[in-house]
Amino acid sequence: MHRYANPARFLRLAKAILPYSSGLAVLLLGSGLWFALVGSPADYQQGDSMRIMYVHVPSAWMGMVCYVAMAVLSAMALIWKHPLADLLARATAPVGAAFTLLCLITGSLWGKPMWGTWWVWDARLTSMLILLFLYLGYMALIDAFDDPERGSKAGAILALVGAVNIPVIKFSVDWWNTLHQPASVVKMGGPAIDPSMLLPLLLMAFGFKAYWVTVLLLRGRAEIAAQKIRVLRLAQVHASSRGE
Amino acid sequence: MESLHALFAMGGYAGYVWPAYGISVVVLIGVLVVSVRQVRCREAELERLQGPRRERRGSPAGAGS
Repeated sequence: MHRYANPARFLRLAKAILPYSSGLAVLLLGSGLWFALVGSPADYQQGDSMRIMYVHVPSAWMGMVCYVAMAVLSAMALIWKHPLADLLARATAPVGAAFTLLCLITGSLWGKPMWGTWWVWDARLTSMLILLFLYLGYMALIDAFDDPERGSKAGAILALVGAVNIPVIKFSVDWWNTLHQPASVVKMGGPAIDPSMLLPLLLMAFGFKAYWVTVLLLRGRAEIAAQKIRVLRLAQVHASSRGE
Repeated sequence: MESLHALFAMGGYAGYVWPAYGISVVVLIGVLVVSVRQVRCREAELERLQGPRRERRGSPAGAGS
């Protein structure tokens, strides 16, 4: 019965957090957009094209943060059979996939004017594309079985194996020659970026985080409802097969 | 007015900057809308399935969409 234990505590918590996380997301993304597009200077080398960074970099961070969260939750689901961990891993995947897709699209739109090409098959770009495929593979796999528990298990194993890609993405710009510029914010010796550009970047980054929490709570609720519906349907089938 | 023109022109990079922001807004709002719909739809169905076991509140079971 533990597997179908009512995660009432999560639902209560979700209800309490939701207004704050959604309000925070609107506030941070609103001010972030203003600073990104209007209230910050253009780059002395890249001009206004550099403004793409304010969506590109936070998207890339979120693509990786969501994946790490998904892998940790999957490990919790496999090791401790924590029912909520599995639901939240499932709920995170589409959000992470969306951020990874945005990272690739905005990167392409930035690469064209700066590098002269929409795409190159170098380490950073290719490993990010693999991240998108890992998300899509996970989402396809968890729904590929008649028994949702088997789907979750297969998905969790895929998520854990795919986690090897995360350090590859992070260090790809140091390990291989690439068109992509190296890290300028998260690095030894502090960020090498002007405060006037760091502010919109951080506002957007935390805005994306608040957005993620908001969508995660909503999708978590949907997953819990779906599981309860399954249990109720099964109970109905059992009741009717015993003969009314 | 002058600054508004400058904003739209994006220093000649309007064709790259605005699509990047536009697609981001569309994708993020899209994911949010799909998630909200999913929650509403499933919680309504759950309500409907659990309905007969609880006190009827005037409306017949199955009326919810």
